[in-house]
Amino acid sequence: MNGWETVIGLEVHAELATKTKMFSSALNSFGGEPNSNTDPVSLGLPGSLPVLNEKAVELAIRVGLALNCQVQKSVFARKNYFYPDMPKAYQISQFDLPINKEGWLELPDGRRIGIERAHLEEDTGKITHVGGGGRIHEASYSLIDYNRSGVPLIEIVGAPDLRGPDDARDYVSELRSILVTIGASDGKMEEGSLRVDCNVSVRRDGAEELGTRCEIKNINSLRSLGRAIEYEAKRQIEIIESGQEVEQQTRHWDEAEGRTHKLRSKEEAFDYRYFPEPDLVPIEPSEEWVKEIGKSLPPLPRDRRHLLADAIGVEPTETSLIVQRDLDTFALQAISSNADKNRVLVHLENNLADGIGKLTPEAFASLTVMETNSELTATQTKTVLADLVESGGEPQEIAKSHGFESMDNSELEKIVDRIISENSDDWLSYINGDETERKKKSGFFVGLIMKETSGQADGKIVNQILSAKAES
Amino acid sequence: MKATEIAEKVLSGEVSARSVVEHHIETINKIESDVNAFNLVTAEQALMDADEIDSKIASGETLGPLAGVPISIKDNLCTRGVETTCGSKILEGWKPPYNATVIEKLKEAGAVVMGKTNLDEFAMGSSTENSAFGPTRNPHNLELVPGGSSGGSAAAVAAGFSPLALGSDTGGSIRQPAALCGVVGVKPTYGRVSRYGLVAFASSLDQVGPFANTVSDAALTLEVISGHDPRDSTSIPEKPLDISEVLDQGVDGMRIGVIEELSGKGLEGISPDVSSRVEEAIKVFSNAGAIVESASVPASIYGLSAYYVIAPAEASSNLARYDGIRFGPRTEAATTAETMTATRTKGFGDEVKRRIMLGTYALSAGYYDAYYGKSQRVRTLIMNDFAKAYEKFDILISPTAPTTAFPLGDKTADPMQMYLQDVCTIPSNLAGHPAMSVPFGFGEDGMPVGIQILAPAMAEREMFQAAKVLESESGEGIE
Repeated sequence: MNGWETVIGLEVHAELATKTKMFSSALNSFGGEPNSNTDPVSLGLPGSLPVLNEKAVELAIRVGLALNCQVQKSVFARKNYFYPDMPKAYQISQFDLPINKEGWLELPDGRRIGIERAHLEEDTGKITHVGGGGRIHEASYSLIDYNRSGVPLIEIVGAPDLRGPDDARDYVSELRSILVTIGASDGKMEEGSLRVDCNVSVRRDGAEELGTRCEIKNINSLRSLGRAIEYEAKRQIEIIESGQEVEQQTRHWDEAEGRTHKLRSKEEAFDYRYFPEPDLVPIEPSEEWVKEIGKSLPPLPRDRRHLLADAIGVEPTETSLIVQRDLDTFALQAISSNADKNRVLVHLENNLADGIGKLTPEAFASLTVMETNSELTATQTKTVLADLVESGGEPQEIAKSHGFESMDNSELEKIVDRIISENSDDWLSYINGDETERKKKSGFFVGLIMKETSGQADGKIVNQILSAKAES
Repeated sequence: MKATEIAEKVLSGEVSARSVVEHHIETINKIESDVNAFNLVTAEQALMDADEIDSKIASGETLGPLAGVPISIKDNLCTRGVETTCGSKILEGWKPPYNATVIEKLKEAGAVVMGKTNLDEFAMGSSTENSAFGPTRNPHNLELVPGGSSGGSAAAVAAGFSPLALGSDTGGSIRQPAALCGVVGVKPTYGRVSRYGLVAFASSLDQVGPFANTVSDAALTLEVISGHDPRDSTSIPEKPLDISEVLDQGVDGMRIGVIEELSGKGLEGISPDVSSRVEEAIKVFSNAGAIVESASVPASIYGLSAYYVIAPAEASSNLARYDGIRFGPRTEAATTAETMTATRTKGFGDEVKRRIMLGTYALSAGYYDAYYGKSQRVRTLIMNDFAKAYEKFDILISPTAPTTAFPLGDKTADPMQMYLQDVCTIPSNLAGHPAMSVPFGFGEDGMPVGIQILAPAMAEREMFQAAKVLESESGEGIE
């Protein structure tokens, strides 16, 4: 909105991809029979005690290193509050000493977004309200499934460095891409293994001080994230412009209504009464272990974007989509088989969104060369590409089987002459018209000639013939 | 009969486990209605377990060192399929689906569980009067309390219901009732015995330990239940203790300090009965060749204050899960929050509520540093002061409790007076050190007096050596 800046900081919860839960040997798996993956610890039964899952720590350190954080000695803390999905009435989390602190994440455009901390905690159970349209106040009863209870989570707290819905979406996409790449999480927002809470505030352009923020919960997709930010920023701007002050609140995003609702104000915020968890000892990962984990990290999306961008000779922003689709290695292989770099970029972005199927890097490389040598038109290239994806093979043979052999220019010229004579008025406007008119008419003629040749003519060459005839 | 003798005779086939268990059930049937040591007597199961042991012996199987020995279990230790109430209405009827690690270890050693013993609700109290199921009485005098919170376990051993019992000690809950009932009670080093399956009161202070009539029985039981447990992250990665091999080595040349802040004139409210027995213990140790001197642990006088912040703080969190949602009785109300409130209002007794409120307050935003933070610093001071004392001494001694057993109802109206019962025992919990109470004669009131022996972390063996000396000179403990 004009004259205003939206400031966003995101808190992302990601379920860690461990076999078992954070503090017990119950399985960490999505979608089982309700309460089948439980044990005394994840049900919080009296006398049960948590035992830390080493794999969860390893994955948390992987996340920390991938986000350029400092990995440090950390302590678990109890976050106390009553809610039926929280079987112990406290969540084991980390408070003043998180396992990872002070890192950053680089957006595809090169901006670095601060990461304040990335700490370990356990997930809660899941409540289903039955009757009354699923709303808590009208429900006739509620069911609790503790399968999710005790699943390890990493909470990644980002700095308020994001400036709009697009930034926020880019940040989450990048973060998800990192988490999936390093094998820390499956990153599925739709299954709730990646969840986003969003802090939004607004300030006038040029203002240094941050405005009062509201935290928005219940965002379940990237689309909702953008919508929620837009709605919330507008709401806050309207409040300030009407002379009032924004109240610090926690708000709930209602996807159906497309608006946020107040959940609670700062005064009603919970006092979580954090204190060090006495049932667990501090985590002190050895330097060697952290180093070893660092060495085992695969190339990160950022590095892969840069690598491919350098190979093609473009900015990393342009290779971001390809990396997100995990097609960068394929692209590099094609390039090393002498593919045309720019056509590689174009096809991977526009024509291979559904994957490469049976296409090999070598076949892809040959195809781009055929295209740039005008052996195939753009349309023909697409057809051959689709066939290669579907059933593999050699591009030359497929082109031949479709009869895609480039036309003899003299034959093409005859067709052009015939079309010109059949449309003499249009030809005059082409010759005498201004640039706009000429463009329009050129499109008209190319269209007709393409139709006449069933798409076998090369549009570029048709244009060359047309302008040569106009000059003569 | 001593536990060691029972096991020996059962193993040799001289007596059957069944006859041992039957004998103890008879004793229970005679006087349990007066004492009320148990919340639940599992006589039938005990007889079945005894038969199983007898048949194993008949078929030549090897059995553990506690074969056929009856043991009573404090009712805050989880026993699979057997009601575990913590002396609270809020857990009435709850049957754990699993055994505490100590129960598994006892069973493996051949011990026979006789039942679940009474306690102050959630182990909060020093007289067992805070139980939701009525007070336990002192077998030496039924008008008097047995101490607490493990009063049921102490009374069960004193009354001959079983030669052994398990209790838990958060601020003195094993040692003080042991002293008041005239039995041996041990709080091991924090982490020596697994807490898995012990219903938590204050996690950083709780420790399971044995009651017995004799020091050697207590040592044997501790050997059986000690050792690393991967299910408890605070469990020390050490093998089970071996105490028996050093038990008779005496105290010749041992340096023994008498904690001046917790004995004699240093301790307000100490009864002359108790003071004179401490003096007597000093003589016994000196005569046995120990070098006995006065020792100072200055910060120990702040132990009680720090404890009554830390323990309630942890308890407020540990007891938050009793909301009626997943287990235990539920009091239904209009909303979930109201149901939880109603369940807890009805289910918890006054002392538990008092401590939950105290602990919740101490952890609240804005008060944390002043209370919880400061108490943790006091805790560090106490550890430092102990460390200094142990530069000069191998072990320390003090009275276990400032008085002998007191009448039922005597202190219930004044929580502070009740809390003072644990003034001598609390410092060991805050430091995480082992300490035990050894019966050492009687006061003029005819009630038992206990001497507390304290040792540095992991020094249970030296502690037991001293305890054995005291026992052999007291003329007690030998049946």
